[in-house]
Amino acid sequence: MSGGLREGLVLSGVYAYRVSCSHFGKNQVEYLFILYGYFLYCDGTMTEHDSNKLAEIAQKVRRDVIRMQRLGTGVASAMSVVDILVCLYFEVLSPSASGEKERDHFLLSKGHGVAALYATLAARGIIDSSLLDHFLEDGSPLTGHPARGSVPGIEVSTGSLGHGLPIAVGLAWAAKLAGRTSRVFVLHGDGELQEGSVWEGAALASRLGLDNLVAMVDVNGLQGYGRVDELTPLDRFADKWRSFGWETIEIDGHDHARIVDTLKACPFVAGKPSVILARTVKGKGVKAMEDQLGWHYFSVPADRIEPFLEELS
Amino acid sequence: MRQAFLKTLIECLASDPAILLLSSDTGFHVFDDFQRDYPAHYLNVGISEAAMIGMAAGLALSGRKVMAYAIAPFATFRCLEQIRVDLCCQNLPVMVVGVGAGLTYGPAGPTHHTIEDIAVMKALPNMTVFCPGDPWETEAAVRAGLTLDGPCYLRLGKSSEPLVHQQAPSFRVGEGILLCPGKDLAILSTGTMLAAAVEVADRLSEVHGISAELISMPTVKPIDRRLIGEAAERFPLLVTMEEHNVLGGFGSAVADAILEVGPTATRLLKFGIPDVYSDIAGSQEYLRAKYGLDPKTMVTRILEVLRSQS
Repeated sequence: MSGGLREGLVLSGVYAYRVSCSHFGKNQVEYLFILYGYFLYCDGTMTEHDSNKLAEIAQKVRRDVIRMQRLGTGVASAMSVVDILVCLYFEVLSPSASGEKERDHFLLSKGHGVAALYATLAARGIIDSSLLDHFLEDGSPLTGHPARGSVPGIEVSTGSLGHGLPIAVGLAWAAKLAGRTSRVFVLHGDGELQEGSVWEGAALASRLGLDNLVAMVDVNGLQGYGRVDELTPLDRFADKWRSFGWETIEIDGHDHARIVDTLKACPFVAGKPSVILARTVKGKGVKAMEDQLGWHYFSVPADRIEPFLEELS
Repeated sequence: MRQAFLKTLIECLASDPAILLLSSDTGFHVFDDFQRDYPAHYLNVGISEAAMIGMAAGLALSGRKVMAYAIAPFATFRCLEQIRVDLCCQNLPVMVVGVGAGLTYGPAGPTHHTIEDIAVMKALPNMTVFCPGDPWETEAAVRAGLTLDGPCYLRLGKSSEPLVHQQAPSFRVGEGILLCPGKDLAILSTGTMLAAAVEVADRLSEVHGISAELISMPTVKPIDRRLIGEAAERFPLLVTMEEHNVLGGFGSAVADAILEVGPTATRLLKFGIPDVYSDIAGSQEYLRAKYGLDPKTMVTRILEVLRSQS
């Protein structure tokens, strides 16, 4: 069901509810309309079929990420954002590469997770999947952090942490000023939130009322050299965003239905930017890698690639 | 220069509605009228230079022509990495405007002096560096900067610089401007030193009978190699003047150019701040004199060098 149709049905339902109440009394009609609302809600959420499709794609992207890692680092950081990226690119974003004026924008502020982005772009058909075989090789356009214009779909250079949100604020404000409907999605790491420039951007976004801006945080709990909450208590992040004027939601960052529904529900409140704190597992999908500090920097040794791929098949 | 900047900005806005001015809580009352008349083209982002530059990049990616305005040390160093990654790596047309170049804010102390910005900005690939010398050059640099496809840095003084040029000079990005031809030596001045350079040339001529060719260099990057090469051939002494550390800035760019252009017997005398931070309060004029950047001291130094050469 399209968003417009659903909206129409909701509005007509509300109207019918009011009219019925005035004719028959509230108690008699309420039950009927609760059922009607449930029907609309169910249709708006993802079906099991959609979820299975996304799970398959995510698994394929994870396998690609593992294959790409013989030269690379950041494999675990890439694995934790795969589900978010797949949901974004297959269910939410109008592709960045479309070149259309009203298109959505996506910025990977945690640029070190770029392998997952390249693999997702390939899965979505935005870049040629044969490029993935040459990730980080001499002369390859697939650099270890996103470089604007290197391949279609990479529209902003990132890699130094804390840059994404201010740029996203500029993109979102430009869209507002021009009366465009484009939305801007920006994905941060949780360790990245230690950068002060994130909070400069956060303050500006809420001041400008950028409800076309959605920040996501990959809360995998690990950063380069330790646990994030040993350095910055994670349980305070939600409060921080709220106090900066953002509408804040915490979700499971590997639950496709939940990710898609949450992203589609943005903005949560008109006139406010939205932030999704997505709890994830670093290295998700490969048991030996999950929640292990070392895999932030390790590349995958040649003899472990096959067993890892098998685990993901 | 500040007024010339604002006046030119308003003129350009009439034909280019993509222009947008961001400031980081800088310029008391300077932008009041602008904000009133062009509310859709101005935003005070607050005291957050890093976010200002990032935001400028996002706006530029959306086709806006952004000027990001702050006191020079904060417009450059506070957000240097944003300038490097967001603007220069991505080659986006944003004009970073630093006001209060060199020792302009003398009494405020070294946090508010800007003596390394030329060196740092010119080391950034894709960056064009403008240091206009008077209100005319400011206007020309603003207009030229808005036509660039990549980032530029506009280094401004304050509000009371005299007009040095009698009328709008012929201005091209990367070219010096000849103010006065001479026979004995050439003075190359950039930015806020221009009025002092004129005074030095006048004194040399009137008091000492020495004919100095005077050239203003409002673009430090790209540097005018052709002009420097010709001057190095014609004169036994080239003198550079900048309100900036004597290391790494305009004088160093001229030195690079001289050596790159070819073998020459010319000598280079660089005037600048002698690689120190000021530890005392002082007006711009006082501090310039302390560092030997006042016309009287510069004339004395030039005469010494000329005597040692003959």
